[in-house]
Amino acid sequence: MTILIVFAIIIVLGMFFSFLRMLIGPTASDRAVAVDTITTTTVALLVLLAFIFERYVYLDVSLVYALLAFVGLVALARYLERGI
Amino acid sequence: MGIVGMIITGIGVLFLLLGNFGILRLPDVYNRIQAGTKCTTFGAFFTIVGIGILEPNWFWKCLLIAAFVLITNPISSHAIARASKIIGVLLCDKSVIDKTEEFKNEKGV
Amino acid sequence: MAKSSVKNESSVKNFLYLFIFMMLIWLALTSSLHWQELIVGCVVSIVITFFLNSNYQPLGLPSLNLIKIFYIFIYLIVLFIEIVKANFDVAYRVLHPKMPIKPGVVIIKTSLRQDIAKLILANSITLTPGTFTLDIKKDKLLIHWIYVRSENIEDSTKLIGARFEKYLGKIFS
Repeated sequence: MTILIVFAIIIVLGMFFSFLRMLIGPTASDRAVAVDTITTTTVALLVLLAFIFERYVYLDVSLVYALLAFVGLVALARYLERGI
Repeated sequence: MGIVGMIITGIGVLFLLLGNFGILRLPDVYNRIQAGTKCTTFGAFFTIVGIGILEPNWFWKCLLIAAFVLITNPISSHAIARASKIIGVLLCDKSVIDKTEEFKNEKGV
Repeated sequence: MAKSSVKNESSVKNFLYLFIFMMLIWLALTSSLHWQELIVGCVVSIVITFFLNSNYQPLGLPSLNLIKIFYIFIYLIVLFIEIVKANFDVAYRVLHPKMPIKPGVVIIKTSLRQDIAKLILANSITLTPGTFTLDIKKDKLLIHWIYVRSENIEDSTKLIGARFEKYLGKIFS
């Protein structure tokens, strides 16, 4: 169990790198890519936390989060494309 | 069974860290997308399947989430890459060849 | 007369594919084989399939037989090996202190016709070592390559697309 908590800490550390890129990123596309990476990482982190806290419900949360993040990112890409 | 699941989860977590590090280190948008898409897809897939092996009651649901990530992640990053090509984000200085103009002249949808 | 019967056949085929797909998702979500769950799943899947069937008609899904299922398994194995190779490739390029990259944008050709086959090819190329699909127009794909090995169309097609196209061509023939 301790190993799994260490894994969760490593994942959060990795998300920090992407977060830095989201703050620096010179163009809007850079930021969008960073957000894409963060959402995928969060899905994995939620499943890991579901096992650590032994909550079955967190799996549903991560499934719905993955769905919404996909739709949101495609919408964001369309928005960038038109340059509104 | 526990050790196998632990090792698979560990591999996944390592590649998630690498993918996020690649986002910070590589020089331009397209290279970042390369690192971001490949490493996070593989890392998330292995982390989720590893948890499914650790807790066999959850296996099928974990496999569903993993398959969903595996299918949708390339599509969303493809959409972002296409958008950044259309609004004209430049390649980095190290690039050797760019055939975008030639591709624009092609006919068809 | 003959035309309408062909259309009917493909509609029934599509209905079955979509229904089986929905049922598999239902089974994975509930993860139980109790008869009440199964009945509710069947009803919900049939209703959803009935309304969405016409939307999935133009995708052009192939009819399956044993040989094609065999090729699908081989394709999945090849894809998995390529994904593992791709990840070690990216790890090497990210962690190397000098970052050995030589990026560029090239064009490749494909001989596949159906939209769904081209979609699968593009997604597979995105997940394999060093390549990434930017755009598709008819039979040309625009590829971003992290370490360019060749600049003309024929050689890049052989290096990038050929290993998948072999199997996809058999599945979608």
